[in-house]
Formats: sequence, structure tokens, C-alpha cells
Amino acid sequence: MDSGEQNVTDMTLRSSSVSAAEAASRSAVLRRLRLTDLVFHGLTRGAALAVLALLSGVIIALILGAAPALGTFGFSFLFDESWNPVTEKFGAVAPIYGTLVTSAIAMLIAVPVGLMIAFFLTELCPKPLRRPIGIAIELLAGIPSIIYGIWGLFIFAPFLQKHIQPFLIDAFEPIPVLNALFAGPPYGIGMGTAGLILAIMVLPFVTSISRDVFDAVPPVLKEAAYGVGCTTWEVFRYVVLPFTRVGVIGGFMLGLGRALGETMAVTFVIGNAHHVSASLFAPGTTISASIANEFTEAVGDLYTSSLVALGLILFVITFIVLAIARYMLLRLQQQGR
Amino acid sequence: MADMSHAMKSPRYAGRRRRNAIAKSLAWIATAFGLGWLVLILGILLIEGIGGLSLSVFTENTPPPGSAGGLLNAITGSLIITILAVLIGTPIGILAGTYLAEYGRHSKLSSVVRFINDILLSAPSIVVGLFIYEIMVAPMGHFSGWAGAVALAVIVIPVVVRTTEDMLTLVPDTLREAAASIGLPRALMIMRIAYRAALAGIVTGVLLAVARISGETAPLLFTALNNQFFSVDMNAPMPSLPVVIFQFALSPYAEWQKLAWSGALLITVAVLALSIIARSLTASRKSS
Amino acid sequence: MTITNGHGLATAVPVATHAKVDTAGLPEKVSIKNLEFFYGDSRALKGITLSLYANKTTAFIGPSGCGKSTLLRILNRMYDLYPGQRATGEVLFDGDNLLRADQDINLLRARIGMVFQKPTPFPMSIYENIAFGIRLYESLPKAEIDARVESALRRAALWDEVKDKLNANGQSLSGGQQQRLCIARTVAVKPEVILFDEPCSALDPISTAKIEELIDELKQDYTIVIVTHNMQQAARVSDFTAFMYLGELIEFGATETLFTTPKDSRTQAYITGRFG
Repeated sequence: MDSGEQNVTDMTLRSSSVSAAEAASRSAVLRRLRLTDLVFHGLTRGAALAVLALLSGVIIALILGAAPALGTFGFSFLFDESWNPVTEKFGAVAPIYGTLVTSAIAMLIAVPVGLMIAFFLTELCPKPLRRPIGIAIELLAGIPSIIYGIWGLFIFAPFLQKHIQPFLIDAFEPIPVLNALFAGPPYGIGMGTAGLILAIMVLPFVTSISRDVFDAVPPVLKEAAYGVGCTTWEVFRYVVLPFTRVGVIGGFMLGLGRALGETMAVTFVIGNAHHVSASLFAPGTTISASIANEFTEAVGDLYTSSLVALGLILFVITFIVLAIARYMLLRLQQQGR
Repeated sequence: MADMSHAMKSPRYAGRRRRNAIAKSLAWIATAFGLGWLVLILGILLIEGIGGLSLSVFTENTPPPGSAGGLLNAITGSLIITILAVLIGTPIGILAGTYLAEYGRHSKLSSVVRFINDILLSAPSIVVGLFIYEIMVAPMGHFSGWAGAVALAVIVIPVVVRTTEDMLTLVPDTLREAAASIGLPRALMIMRIAYRAALAGIVTGVLLAVARISGETAPLLFTALNNQFFSVDMNAPMPSLPVVIFQFALSPYAEWQKLAWSGALLITVAVLALSIIARSLTASRKSS
Repeated sequence: MTITNGHGLATAVPVATHAKVDTAGLPEKVSIKNLEFFYGDSRALKGITLSLYANKTTAFIGPSGCGKSTLLRILNRMYDLYPGQRATGEVLFDGDNLLRADQDINLLRARIGMVFQKPTPFPMSIYENIAFGIRLYESLPKAEIDARVESALRRAALWDEVKDKLNANGQSLSGGQQQRLCIARTVAVKPEVILFDEPCSALDPISTAKIEELIDELKQDYTIVIVTHNMQQAARVSDFTAFMYLGELIEFGATETLFTTPKDSRTQAYITGRFG
């Protein structure tokens, strides 16, 4: 360092420790900054509280909106199948039944398929393909549900009606139970079709969460299993799956929450018929489809209120399912620590 | 050596190998099944959608039944509602996410908010529509663009809260300490240092939220409703692409159905493009 | 002087060559009195009493987990960022107890700067990394800020390496350069005390030598405290050394004395490499 450089330093830093005047201005600045901090802290906290208010708001608004219907019908609302706008007699059995059946179909298909895809992605897939395939599966989740709806209505339902349903109806005709489940006529649209579409929509959720939790299995654990001579499948079935059980179930629940509340895809293909039918080929309705189809056309307070009551029921069911899902995933996180 | 070949020939081992082979094939089939749907859906969407795509889709308004027209009013409405929803939802989401990651990281309030936010994140969107109907449409006495924007904002908030918190949590504590060590108050540390470090991630969150709401239909059905005409009046019912698709697809008119396919293609392209951009943003961030 | 390590091999340890200092006449910059520190319910520091002398370098040494970093982080109240951590006792900084509840922590931290184990450049340009702290407290004309940035970078012996790329991102520098950037950033705020928390543990030997040289120069203007797990480093850069073990201050004294004639058998054991 030459002496010139040394001088720069001397002038600006070395000689001057903070003077009294500077110290005073510093504390003035800091007082202002502390106010900024206080305001900002308050703002963020307010926003966090707004999230809470949002949920409470949803619950309160739904309860208030549902009150006339629940007041009129009481608990029988939950057990009555009739849905008659003319006589103003409403019951939630058909939509609840439809919601549960379509979601059950969706989960029955999406869970095993999703698990196998996650198995493929984590254990079998060649490295360079892993990311592209993973992204492609996740793109399925990104497609808006209305697209599934329009696709299901114009392409999938007619295909089922022509090629699959008649075949199944004939095939199961002589078999008891199954002949009720697959009873004609083949409309194309109906609860089975809605369940299939939902399965495709839920699949990416199940897949990506399962893949993530499988990826989190410590390699040592898998290596130990391979070390005693396990096959790839055995490692997956007896080491990976038990180890990640909680997280996988959390993923299922998240997918189930999705399926229960899904609206547009179902609305297009379910047929909107308010009755309970054993046949999967029969048109039915779900809670969300009823609301989407009828809400703007509902005449009279009781009709509107009954639809809001359906919404409340849906919210309560999904809340419980999602809460379990989050609890499971949270437990997995803590177990990982 | 002899022992080993003996073990390999045992029926038990053969069974295990068979099961392994079966499971592996099933995994391949399952993956092909999943990818098959993607190809099928996108393929048919492309074929049906491009067929109806022409300049008039972007220059003309939605037609009355039985005549040709376009989607101009629906596209405009969707853009306005989406932008407003993001403008309303993003600041609240970022602030709340900031509270969870910074000021209240370990507080009781945060764990409750975190839990509730996760529930809101996957709550049925139709319920959000009902909620906004009850608190805005019913008291005001009419459907409106504002109600639609607020409904979508309610969906934006939890997405942004979640990503903001996640991304801020990734900012190393050492950076926070370094900022504190030169006397930086917390608010400035967050605004000037932490936000900057987490910028790509937060932007990703907003983009994902936009992708999510641009296809949302259910919350708009009874908030913004629909409008056959071109309208930028936020206090009046406002058309949107998803609602128009819903109405037109379920109609018996061929022209309307055709427009529905075109609209569906537009939305899908927009949504997929957004989510791919969002992904590449975080991907480059991680690799750097 | 030679010190025998665990393998019985003799290792030469260069000891600071400065004249032996008598603590009695030195002005105290910080005096710690009966300090205790708690993480939740567990006590991490027990009854620490210790003085830091103005314009001297004090090293805290000891095996990992002994509380040396904890002690350092009390001096600028860094622990305040985390819930459930608290300190009792007194830490007088120019006679003012910095532990008191109404202490202005940000002002305190501007007076007591800190350099961390891993380099922590802010996500902004080299220039901004330094100007940022200056602008925080003072509104100066651009030319003056430029001068302050330059002098801070010179002070950290980094100017010549970065003067042509002041707008490059701070994170694009090498580890050693980043650490000197952090020192420049600290110096720019005009602190009175600078705390170094194992500043060289992430650096190569050449960068380490540069930083040590720098610390020796900075001593003329600042009171310096350095935490290190490297005994040679403590011996090279410090005037005073505090040896800590299991949350207690075992021995404190002039570095040369402590390394040559330790009074406590545990100090003896540690500096001869028998544990830690």
C-alpha cells in the first residue's frame, strides 16, 4: 500500500470514530427505522390474521347462508333423498352419495397407479428421463379442471358409451351384485365416468407426493436391504413403503380432498340427476356439481339456502380430510428430523 | 459356487424374481398410462382447438346462439379479473408469508395460520364462490367483476403465502445475522435483503397462483357470472373465458361448442406456459 | 517454544511477538461481569467475568460446544433474533450495560460489528454491499459515498482486486474475497468493536493469512474479538486469550503467558492437544 492510498483511509475512516453529532443523527435515523419496523411487523401480522379471518369468514358465511335450509329441514336434510324445487323439499343424500362414490372410484384407480408411477420414477426410471417424466405427470395437475370437463363430455363419455359400457353391461349381466353395479342403459355420462375423470385429475397429486416422500428415504436403508439380497420390488414393498407410510397416506388424503371438492370436470359428465342409483352407469350428482349447475338458477331463498347447506357439508368433509392429510404430512416431517 | 446356483434355482427364489418382474412391468405400464392421458388430452385439445382458431376469436365478441363470433369479451374479462385478483391477493399473501417465515417463525399464531393456510390451499374452489356470493353479491344485490376478482384473490392468497414462506425459509439465517450485525432493523433486512435473496421463488409462487386461477371456473360462476357483451365495468357482471367455455360447451349449438374448444386451448396453453416458466425460474435458481 | 501434541510430536507454535502487556493500565472497552446464558432451560454460560481491552485483540478458544461462539454472540445481542434465549449478568460497553432491555440493539450492532464463519455477502453488487450500510445511517452525496466505499475496500485490502468490477455481484467473488468484502462492509459502518466468529474456518491457507494480517492492522483502530478453534491462529493474532470449557471461563490472560505457562491443568491439556 502506498502512502496515497493510506491517506484515503485515514481521512474517511481511521481518524473518525463516530463523533457525538454523528451518534445523535444515527439514533434519529434508528428511531425512524424502528417505526418502519413496527409498522411492517404490524402489517405482516395483520396479513397473517387475515388468513385466519378468511377461513372463519368462509365458515360463518356458509353457516349463515345455510341456516334457513337447516332450520326448515333440520337433520333430515342429511337423510332425505328428495330434491324438488317445486314443492321446496330438499335433501342432501343424492349429492353426498354421488360425491363419495365418485371420489371412491377416483381413489381406487389413482392410488395404485400413482404409487406404481412413483415406484417407477424413484427406482426404475433411467436418470435422464426422471425429470421430464416427473414434470409431464405434474402437468396433468396443471391442466384446468374445465379442460377435463369438456374433454370428458365430448371425447371420453361418447367413447365409453359406444365401446366400453355395452360390453361391460353384457359381460356382467349374469353375475349378481356386479350386474347391479354395471346396469344399463349406457349413457356415456354418469357417476362411473365422473369417477374415471377424477382419477386422472387426482393421479398427479398422489404421484408427486409419493415420489417426494420416497425420495426422502435415506439411501443407507435401501442399500442395507439390497445388501441382504432383496429385489427392487421387495426393497420398495418392505422397506420404502413402510418407512414412508405416513407421508403416503397424507398424499392420498390430499388427493381425496381434491376429488371431493372438484367441480367442473364432474359437472360436465355426471348428468345432474338427484337420485341414488346403484349402477355406476346411471347419471347422478355430486355436491359441487349440484351447486355449479343450479345455484344461479335457484329461485327462492330455501332453494338457494339448501345449496349453500350442501356447500357447508362439502366444506366440513374436505376440512376433515385435509386436516388429517396435513397432520400426517406434518408427522412425517417431524419424524424426519 | 455350487451353493449359489442351488439357491438361484430354488422355486422360492424364482417366485421372488417373477414377482419383481411383474411389479416392474406394472410400474412401466402405470407410467405409460399416466403419460398416455396427458398425450390424449393435449392432443385432442390441439386438434379440436386449432380447428376453430382464427383471428375473429380475438377480435369479435361472443355470438348469440347459431351464429359465428369470437371470445374477445371473455378474454378481456378474464385478463382484468385475473390481474385484479393477483393485485389484491399477492400483497396479502406475501405479507402473511413474511410473518410466518420472519417475525412469527416460532410463534403459536404461525403454526395455526400455517395449518389453516394449507387447508385453504386445497379447499374446494366452489365453496370460495359461495363465500363471496354471501359476502359480496347478495349484499350488493348484483353480480360483478369485483366479486369475481375477490373470489380469485381468495384462491391466490394461500398459494402465495405458502411459496413466500418456503422461499424465505430457504434464505440462510447467516444472511439475516449479517444484516443484523451492521445494525439493520428487521423490516429493512426483510425488505432489502431477504426479499432480494428469495425473489425468484416468490415470483414463481405468484406465477403458479396466476396459472391456478386462470383456469378456475367454479368461483366465478356466481360472482362475476357472465356477460354476452364486451364490458369493463367492474360493478357489472363480467364475462370470463372459463365460464364462457362452460356455458358454450354444454349448449347444443355447434358454433358455441367450437368456440368452447378454442377457448379451452387458449387457457391450457396459457396455464401450461405459466407453470413451465415458473418451474424454470426456480430450477435456474437452484442450480446457481 | 514448542508444544507437544497428542502424538508426541513437537510442533512449533509461533507466538505473537508483541511485548508482554500488563493488563492493569489498559483501558477497558467491554467488561463482562458474572454473565450467564440460557438456551431455554439449559445453561450454556456460567458466571463469565472478563475484560476486553481497547485496541487489543482478544481470542476465545476452547473445544466445540464450550460456549465461545455463544459468548461472542452476546456482545452484539445476536441471540435476540431467536426466541427462548436469554442472558443475565452485566456486559458493560463503555460503561453502559448492553444487556439492559431498553438497549437500542440496532445502534449497538452498528457500534459492534461482526464477521461470520462463512462469508455472507448480501445478494447485491460489491459496491452496494458496502454503500448499503453507509446509506442506512447517513445521507451523503454520491461522491462521498464512493470515497467511503473505496476506503472501506482499501481497509479490507480488497480494493485492488475489485476496483474494476464494483458492479459485479458480491456472491461472484472467491471465498476469501467475500470474507474481506464482509470485513469492508463491517468497517464502513464505523464500529468500535469488531467480532470475528471463526472467520477463516471456510477459507484456504492463503486467504487465511490475508485475513489474519488484516486483523492485525485493524487492531490499531478497533477493539477486536476473535473466536477460533485454531490455537495457532489465536497465538498468531491475539494479545489476550480466553480459554473456555463447558460454558465456563477457565483461564484468561495475555496470550503469550497463557500459551507458555498456563495455570490451569485443563488449559494445559487443551493447548497441548490432549483434547478438543
